[in-house]
Amino acid sequence: MSDLLTLAGVHTHIGRYHILQGVDLTAREGRTTMLLGRNGAGKTTTLRTIMGLWPASSGTITLAGTRIEALATPDIATRGIGYVPETMAVFSDLTVKENLILAARTGPLDDAQLAWIFQFFPALKKFWLSSAGTLSGGQKQMLSIARAIVEPRKLLLIDEPTKGLAPAIVGALIDCLAEIKRRGATILLVEQNFRVAEAIGDDVAVMDNGRIMYTGDMPTLAANTALQEHFLGLSLEAHQ
Amino acid sequence: MSELAADEALPEPPRDIVPAALPIVLALVMLPLSGSASSWVTLTVASLAMGMMIFIMASGLTLVFGLMDVLNFGHGAFIAVGAYVATLAFGPLAAWMQSDSLLDNLAALLPAGLLAMAVSGALGAVFERVLILPVYGQHLKQILITMGGLIVAEQSLYALWGPQQIPLPLPGALRGSFILGDIAIAKYRVLAMVVGLVVFVGTLLVLNRTKVGLLIRAGVENREMVEALGYRVRRLFLGVFMVGSALAGLGGVMWGLYREQIHASMGGDLMILIFIVVIIGGLGSVTGCFIGAILVAMVANYGGFLLPKLALVSNILLMVAILMWRPRGLYPVTNR
Ligand SMILES: Nc1ncnc2c1ncn2[C@@H]1O[C@H](COP(=O)(O)OP(=O)(O)OP(=O)(O)O)[C@@H](O)[C@H]1O
Ligand SMILES: [Mg+2]
Repeated sequence: MSDLLTLAGVHTHIGRYHILQGVDLTAREGRTTMLLGRNGAGKTTTLRTIMGLWPASSGTITLAGTRIEALATPDIATRGIGYVPETMAVFSDLTVKENLILAARTGPLDDAQLAWIFQFFPALKKFWLSSAGTLSGGQKQMLSIARAIVEPRKLLLIDEPTKGLAPAIVGALIDCLAEIKRRGATILLVEQNFRVAEAIGDDVAVMDNGRIMYTGDMPTLAANTALQEHFLGLSLEAHQ
Repeated sequence: MSELAADEALPEPPRDIVPAALPIVLALVMLPLSGSASSWVTLTVASLAMGMMIFIMASGLTLVFGLMDVLNFGHGAFIAVGAYVATLAFGPLAAWMQSDSLLDNLAALLPAGLLAMAVSGALGAVFERVLILPVYGQHLKQILITMGGLIVAEQSLYALWGPQQIPLPLPGALRGSFILGDIAIAKYRVLAMVVGLVVFVGTLLVLNRTKVGLLIRAGVENREMVEALGYRVRRLFLGVFMVGSALAGLGGVMWGLYREQIHASMGGDLMILIFIVVIIGGLGSVTGCFIGAILVAMVANYGGFLLPKLALVSNILLMVAILMWRPRGLYPVTNR
């Protein structure tokens, strides 16, 4: 299985703060890589750096064999990345439909793809012509994910999709991520909720202080509570 | 997955019509205060016409700020340049301008307006690439460099046309008023209102019905996310900047005809009013800008009639009052 995305020695500065301090990370094709770590570990910064929203100050980022660390955000996105930011960033002034029209960059909305999305996000169909600002938090998250999958993408970057959601909705979200996975997507998923990580992760990378501290596969980490406590510590209990 | 179906009906958000009702309320309040119906109509028509012209000049600026966070203090340059360029066209078309036939007049006004828009738009493109591109994200430098650009543009107009005011008489058929009983409505004001409405409706149609418009609205709200979806917002911004500059040029021609004279510093003089309008409306909101422009013009006209001594500060007071009510303007769009 080949590496779709590789970060090697990536450093990122935000202003005068040195946030990422040499991140080495790979996301293997067709697999879901969980990026775990405490609050402030640098997970969001890693995804933003991949998207070019923060420029990497050194190191290389390779997507499907092409270096992307020096490209502008739109050029990175058009290489086949769907991004679901931590803030969801739905366009609240636009309708659900209009949000998806913009996300479908290459042409009109595809009915089959929409039908597939509506299957697990029925709310989006229901509120098709409502402005996104009126959706609930969970529905906004659905829309944000739908935007990333409305057209096929090589790689999905998803930042804490379960944050702030009610447990029942988290379960539904797990189902839909699993479904996206089954379609063969490569996913890099930031998640603090270990239940979610366990349910859909294939590979794991644990971050702390701007570095990757541990990589391995999910079953190994899931089976080893000592390892979990060592790398994830209190943050897990806080989220159980 | 039933939780996601969200069976509870989504309450339609109440449309926020209070700001839109403000001008109407103001006009109604003015009705008993203005003494006679004819002076009320005159003042109200004057307000609407002036408001529409200010809107035309300001609409580009609000999108420019909303989309890229750019503070363009040089926007006034496009107003003055547009007005001056139009005089170039009015020269050879003088016969049509003086004719008493509306058709002849429009045959002169239309090419002059288009020429003004083309030159202002092109100047806008140069302005954006040369002055604004290097200072993205740096507000202080934007203010300094765009003010510098305004000064250079004004001085160039002085150098080319001389320091005197240039008369810009109204074309024959647009002089005078429509008379309805004892009510007089200046013809040119009607034209200004029509053009203003066309620009407003056209802008709304583009923003609401086209993909480019959706991108502009999305970009005003969250530029980063639009880029993360794969669109080059800077290119979009250049387009918005050019259209905004072209509209400022058109507004300059209309304002010049309204005042029947133009001056190199007219753009700079109007900038305070335009900034007030953009701030009142909510940065990035075209509808807010439209209502803000009408409010500012109403306060200027009604205020000038009732309390002439307050004329100088009345718009500042209006801005303070509105910002105390809605700190981010009538229709806030951006989170800045
Ligand atoms: N805009 C910014 N300016 C300065 N520092 C920042 C900025 N954004 C993030 N940081 C800092 O960078 C570090 C990493 O933040 P980041 O958001 O990447 O963490 P995270 O792992 O996503 O945390 P969380 O689980 O809370 O989302 C934190 O110490 C944070 O304070
Ligand atoms: Mg984060």
